[in-house]
Amino acid sequence: MGLACEMRCKNRVLIVRMQGELDHHTAENLREEIIQQKELSNCIHIIMNFQNLSFMDSSGLGVVFGRFKQIRSQGGELVVCSVPPSIHRIFEMSGLYKVVPYVNNEEAALDFLGVTK
Amino acid sequence: MMNNKMSFTILSRSENEHFARIVVAAFIAQLDPTVEELTDIKTSVSEAVTNCIIHGYRNDPTQEIIITVELRDGEAWISVQDFGEGIEDLAQARMPLYTSKPDLERSGMGFTIMENFMNHLTVYSIPGKGTTVEMVKVFSKTIAVVK
Repeated sequence: MGLACEMRCKNRVLIVRMQGELDHHTAENLREEIIQQKELSNCIHIIMNFQNLSFMDSSGLGVVFGRFKQIRSQGGELVVCSVPPSIHRIFEMSGLYKVVPYVNNEEAALDFLGVTK
Repeated sequence: MMNNKMSFTILSRSENEHFARIVVAAFIAQLDPTVEELTDIKTSVSEAVTNCIIHGYRNDPTQEIIITVELRDGEAWISVQDFGEGIEDLAQARMPLYTSKPDLERSGMGFTIMENFMNHLTVYSIPGKGTTVEMVKVFSKTIAVVK
């Protein structure tokens, strides 16, 4: 099982929906795809939706921290949402929530970024 | 309680990370673990194998990783072994958020995750010879039986 990723841009917010397993093997592609889509779509902010992600290890964490640093340096915001319990534990352990806003779902994430539906 | 053992060897290719964690999970299923315990094990195996590939073998996909799982008295003893470059400073490697490869967007959380998700973690490493990570998972069911 690999990783499928659906991305769309809405009012300059790039929404990234991941499905499957995010490990070292699939992390590299995901990173490239997000960087490329962000450039192409001219988005300022990123929402990462973890709802359909069945597995994630520290390689996934690396991608999230990496995008956070990148987007902050460009004046944008990264928001994570719909995080399953197993992944939530890893985020808590790493201290991610100290710097990256976390909300329940995509709608709340758009609200947080001041983008109306 | 039945004791059991299995071992397998994989090439140090990232495609095999998924394979390694599901094989280990399938073997451990006979102890009837909870979904959370299985996730803990899959994540820890994934961390250990990823370390072998990235750090032990510096992404050389032609090397071998040996994974052994022993079921002893309702506990799972898992070892993940490489014959790569080894770790000079184990204490530093195990520190949360420390990574020797920040340019690769590594989070430095691999050992911390293994320590938190498993009951015991021991790392044996000889620079130039390789690294073996030994992890033990004690299952909630086993604890209930012992009590």
